[in-house]
Amino acid sequence: MTATLDTIDRSLVLATQGGLPLVERPYHQLAEQIGIPPAEVMARLTRMLESGIIRRIGAVPNHYAIGYTANGMSVWDVPDEGIDELGARIGALDFVTHCYHRPRRLPAWRYNLFAMVHGASRAEVLAQVAEIARVIGADCRAHDVLFSTRILKKTGLRIGA
Amino acid sequence: MRESTPIDAVERAIIDHLQGDFPICERPYAEVAARLGMGEAELLERLQRMLEARLLTRFGPMFQIERMGGTFVLAALCVPEADWQRVLEIVNALPEVAHNYRRESEHNAAFNMWFVLASESQAGIDAAVRTIEEGSGLPVFSFPKLREYFVEMKLMVRT
Repeated sequence: MTATLDTIDRSLVLATQGGLPLVERPYHQLAEQIGIPPAEVMARLTRMLESGIIRRIGAVPNHYAIGYTANGMSVWDVPDEGIDELGARIGALDFVTHCYHRPRRLPAWRYNLFAMVHGASRAEVLAQVAEIARVIGADCRAHDVLFSTRILKKTGLRIGA
Repeated sequence: MRESTPIDAVERAIIDHLQGDFPICERPYAEVAARLGMGEAELLERLQRMLEARLLTRFGPMFQIERMGGTFVLAALCVPEADWQRVLEIVNALPEVAHNYRRESEHNAAFNMWFVLASESQAGIDAAVRTIEEGSGLPVFSFPKLREYFVEMKLMVRT
């Protein structure tokens, strides 16, 4: 589903993609900035939340700082036919934060199922990966885990003005 | 960027309370502060400090660019160590690169730089890929999502 943004929605995205103002009345400040009434800012943000244009409003913690020092991208080569069922089951595991079907890039890359796992240590992540392997069972033809060793950039979405 | 100072109980409560459902009302911080049993000014000050200390990387609305007609694409490069810094600068300079991680494989996969491209159009993604390929001399492998099974980036504080 795709919604189109009008000029005002677009100004709201531009005004908040760097963050919500840290002032007592943040939506009023945005209203002033954009030149629309505060009630309209709130109504539009509510609508964008409902339609999914905004996934949520909240804080993004630095995983390292809150104790998740190990972050593993587990990747799996599973049969394309059964992948949706497996993806749904793996996505339901509580330690999996993202789970996607992605294309293979043969011969360099054979994996088609990606599940991101976060833990306090590599050992914990590897134990979680072993649990995913149990869920996949005989359908697992190969897998790998790519641990992040450094965050090189993390700015999030930036659209142009 | 690594945070070595342990976080305190108040910061932990703030993080756990602010991972979603931030109110849309006249004084949202006051509402959250009341839930947390603190004053509005204290919450604002704490948030400011947590952002400065990089305990939080962001606070605000999380947009789904796909719902605006745009697109996110995961992409990877196999960067030779000797060329790492040069390639990193080329990749990170692009505003379309929303995040970028160095990763090492348990099983010798050669892809070591993994980044997410975000653009309002496929043409924007394609242009960014071309810029990276021409600048780095390396092929970009892109992994657009074919299907999303789960995304929920809510982690409780562990430290």
